[in-house]
Amino acid sequence: MNALAARFNAIFGADMAGPFAALAAVLIFFGFASPQFLTGATFGSVAFQLPELGILTLAMLLPILTGGLNLAITFTANIAGLTLAWTLQTNGGADAGPAAFLLGSVLALAVGGASGLVMGLVIAFTRAHPILVSLSMMIFLRGLGEFLTRGGDISGFPAFVSPIGHGSIFGIPVPLLILIACVIVCHILLSRSKLGFSTYMIGSNIESARYSGINTRKVLVLVYVLSGVMAAIAGIIMLARFNSVRVGHGESYLLITVLACFLGGINPFGGFGRVLPVFVALVVLQLLSSGLNLLGANQHLTTAVWGILLIVVMVLRWFSATFVKIVK
Amino acid sequence: MRKLFLSHTTEFVLIGVIVAMSVFLGFATDRFLTLGNAFDLLNISAVNIIFAVGLLVVLIAGGIDISFAVAASVVQYVTALALERIGGGGWVSGLLIAGSAGIFLGAINAFLIHRFRIISIVVTIATFNIYFGLLMFFTKGVSIYNLPDWLTTRVIVYEREMADGSWAEITLPVVVMAICVLATWLFISRTTTGRQLYAFGDNPEGARRFGINIGAMQFIAFGWLGLMAGIAGLMQAHYAQEVVPNALYGRELDVLAAVVLGGARLGGGKGSVLGCVLGVLLVSITQNGLNLMGVSPFAFKMIVGAIILAAITLSSARIEKLVPILAPRKPADGEAAARGESR
Amino acid sequence: MSTATDEGANARPLLSLRGINMTFGGVRALKNVSFEVMPGEVHCLAGENGSGKSTLIKVISGVYTPAAGAEIVFDGESIPHMTPGMAQARGIQIIWQDLALFPEMSVAENIAFQTLSGARPRPVNYATIRSVAEEALARLGVSLDVDRPLKDYAIAQRQIVAIARALVGEARVVFMDEPTASLTQSETDHLLAIVRNLSASGVAVVFVSHRLAEVLEISSRITVLRDGALVGVYPVEGMTQSKITELMTGRTFDQNTRARDVSGSSVVLSASNLSRPGEFSDISFDLHRGETLGITGLLGSGRTELALTLFGMRRPASGTVTLSGRPVRFASNREAIAAGVAYLSEDRLSLGLNQPQSIADNLVMASLNRILSGRLISTEKKRSLVSRWIADLGVKIGRQDDAISTLSGGNQQRVAIAKWLATDPKVLILDSPTVGVDVGARAGIFEIVARLAEAGLSIILISDEVPEVYFNADRVIHMEKGRIAGVYDPRASTLKDLEASVYA
Repeated sequence: MNALAARFNAIFGADMAGPFAALAAVLIFFGFASPQFLTGATFGSVAFQLPELGILTLAMLLPILTGGLNLAITFTANIAGLTLAWTLQTNGGADAGPAAFLLGSVLALAVGGASGLVMGLVIAFTRAHPILVSLSMMIFLRGLGEFLTRGGDISGFPAFVSPIGHGSIFGIPVPLLILIACVIVCHILLSRSKLGFSTYMIGSNIESARYSGINTRKVLVLVYVLSGVMAAIAGIIMLARFNSVRVGHGESYLLITVLACFLGGINPFGGFGRVLPVFVALVVLQLLSSGLNLLGANQHLTTAVWGILLIVVMVLRWFSATFVKIVK
Repeated sequence: MRKLFLSHTTEFVLIGVIVAMSVFLGFATDRFLTLGNAFDLLNISAVNIIFAVGLLVVLIAGGIDISFAVAASVVQYVTALALERIGGGGWVSGLLIAGSAGIFLGAINAFLIHRFRIISIVVTIATFNIYFGLLMFFTKGVSIYNLPDWLTTRVIVYEREMADGSWAEITLPVVVMAICVLATWLFISRTTTGRQLYAFGDNPEGARRFGINIGAMQFIAFGWLGLMAGIAGLMQAHYAQEVVPNALYGRELDVLAAVVLGGARLGGGKGSVLGCVLGVLLVSITQNGLNLMGVSPFAFKMIVGAIILAAITLSSARIEKLVPILAPRKPADGEAAARGESR
Repeated sequence: MSTATDEGANARPLLSLRGINMTFGGVRALKNVSFEVMPGEVHCLAGENGSGKSTLIKVISGVYTPAAGAEIVFDGESIPHMTPGMAQARGIQIIWQDLALFPEMSVAENIAFQTLSGARPRPVNYATIRSVAEEALARLGVSLDVDRPLKDYAIAQRQIVAIARALVGEARVVFMDEPTASLTQSETDHLLAIVRNLSASGVAVVFVSHRLAEVLEISSRITVLRDGALVGVYPVEGMTQSKITELMTGRTFDQNTRARDVSGSSVVLSASNLSRPGEFSDISFDLHRGETLGITGLLGSGRTELALTLFGMRRPASGTVTLSGRPVRFASNREAIAAGVAYLSEDRLSLGLNQPQSIADNLVMASLNRILSGRLISTEKKRSLVSRWIADLGVKIGRQDDAISTLSGGNQQRVAIAKWLATDPKVLILDSPTVGVDVGARAGIFEIVARLAEAGLSIILISDEVPEVYFNADRVIHMEKGRIAGVYDPRASTLKDLEASVYA
């Protein structure tokens, strides 16, 4: 048994055990509880629902690793979506061509990056608390969005946009492919690049990182820019999935992304945590949602169960930490 | 005077900004500097100020709470149902029920934080989802309109007819708010327990070595916020004359921003009741002023957000940090290190 | 000199502990320790880092509860379960090493905090608090504005506040854990006078300090701990510094100076007329290839500020630095590192190393460019770089991925040195490299220093422990109040001369 555990840790890392156990528990429980659970339909719906939340979670993950937080991700996504929507509308609305879409997407990513840039600069140069900086950015972006849209939604996009939200390539949903690409990029970035290395070092002690010659300000700014860009990608997917943009779309995801990060073993103070366990945690959350749905529960009950799951995981972690101490 | 200014910089700056804005708005609009508008401001801000002084206590003790606003929604529902059960009740029973329900929900947070050593932001994000999810699930999102008459009748504590024939009124929530503010002030600055909360937030290990009961501190801080949230919930129901399950959803972050604007520090040990009230008022006055100046309501939040962002940036930035060449300072490195460590 | 009130060795001890055992996560921090304090005596508690001194103090103050079988007797009263409140009520006062003060609260509240503690809520009387605080400060002959928040004061004044706090109420025994660590000599003298006063007025003082000269000067008896066990209790009379060191480490040390003449080799780094207002002024020196240049001076002498300036983290207001003959003006420490200057911080816990992170990550932190393959970090290159340095400097580790905080101080410092050697520096600045390193492990650090210098690396060795620079450097600069007060050749002057001028 110990050898098995050691091999598991060697292959996946010790931080994967929790999320995998939760995954197994969810599959087994709902597999028995509902005959429709272990079917393609469940996995299909999970595959389409996962990406928005997943990419937003990546946008949240990066700042958390530096010991911060980005509460502006959902409204950054909305504003980025709006940017794309207007580019399409000014270029013919439903008749806009792929060039307009491409231009709009680039602009959307730029807007997302700009929101991150402002936050990153303020955080890096003034040392203001990231929660406050991103919170005021969130209030600002929400206000900006509501001001520009007057609370309404914008729709009427060319037909070719829809597959980004609904289409499949070789049976794999396009949004899921985008998510997987983002996960891979983030994973490599964090585990192999200098930026990723510096992110972890800054997260656990920014001053010691600075003394070792890491350009802490540059890293912080880049992390928030990346976070903004990730949020913008989520915004583009949301536009395609709903075929409209509305300020406030996905607002309820905000705290769920934080929950998913903690569930995936990210240290709330920063410095520790990997992308893959967070990805598995996201899958668990979505499977839980689908399973509860099959049992007749609605999204609200699911939200409550997600919260309970986070508490249970944290309590189990506390138990295992105390237990290990006693055994030693 | 100089000493007073140095120890209360945030409060003085806020007062300065509020005075400057008021003077400007007094000239720019006819209505801003009237008694009626001042009373309106208080009536509108009352609920948020009650939330704010509660949250202040948790921030001082070094915690954070995301769940208090949805907890207040839960309290509204529980209170409305309980009042129906006991056949109507009155202000006393209403406040008792709301207060106890609030304290109970706050105590759940404190229990999880203290017993299992989970940091407050994780716990309260979880309870935020649990409270809100369960509330929406059990109520199916349905509002309650048939509240007892005493709860929905506006209570005017003071009124005065203005020259133009309109009435300037102070309503019950303002009085309750004043009591809550006074009670919180007395509690945190005039009782030993309150000072222990400051000490605990400032240096938890130091407080522990002094024999301060850490668990008690958590329960007192989150219990106080729970109590305030319960009272605020009841006042909000009174003000709105209905109970809507998602009416307070999202309020937590607005209140948090206002409290921090008022000088409270995430991480504990710092913050004052006066600053906290001024923080909420500054946000309200901005909105009120923009409204009177005929600015589109959709632009309010944008401008408020920009103001908070600017305020936080300016209050955190010392000029040397923005322009490193002007940095003839010595102990700042140690200070930054201490901050890095305390995280 | 002894201030002990030694009247009758059979007098009843004020505080006595027997059979104290304490275990943390499987590690036995205290093994059957006993400890005794007589009324009014000055007692020294000596031991290396991790020997159990601080743990013992926490047991006495009620912060930790010892394992069953412990016996704590205070003034004839047996106390089976000591709590912080009970300790305070009996006049057991602690001045913690980290002070345990509240920076955001006023000086008055910090000093009179005892009047604020206790579970039962009471109204606060600020007038009483202020007068209590002022009275305590007056006893120390110090005057501070008690209404200002503590954070406005420098560390030395905070130390005073912590001492004043211990004097509030009826103190019977005061524990001082490294009270002089951040004090200047005159402040230390003042503190020692206070300790004598306390002792004369019948208050016992337990003094924990790594400055053995102080210990010998002030105390009457010494209790020595090693590895969590009691070594013995000794009268100070007839004790010497080297004898105490021997008892603490269980080993003997004898030293000769290592100084060599390297003035013939080329100049690697040269500073001329470097100044930064308020920190240091008019500093000029040459550092030769393979030279170990010692810099010593008390706190506030500007030695660390000078080092940070050479390392590019601060910019000189005037003067020039030349590196290998070329003038340099670093915009950041990144440029300094690239040019071949490395700086080992004096504050290993929060600046020198990233404590929660792994040994491997700490070691490669400053030299990431050397382990890239393409644009990504190569796991193999990282592993082999780490293994090479771990072996080269003889660091004892479990696995490379263990947190650096699991290592002892000496091994941590070796990793910190390795981190800088991996950047291939020309100049290595070592700022107080033995702080928090056990006496026994210090020699190992200096052997590494000697070997590096022999291999041609130029080293600046900064320390406020005069013997360290005297025995290990080729030349010693004495800094005082930001200026060079003198340059010494260890071969031509005695340790006494140097100490006399530094501590003058």
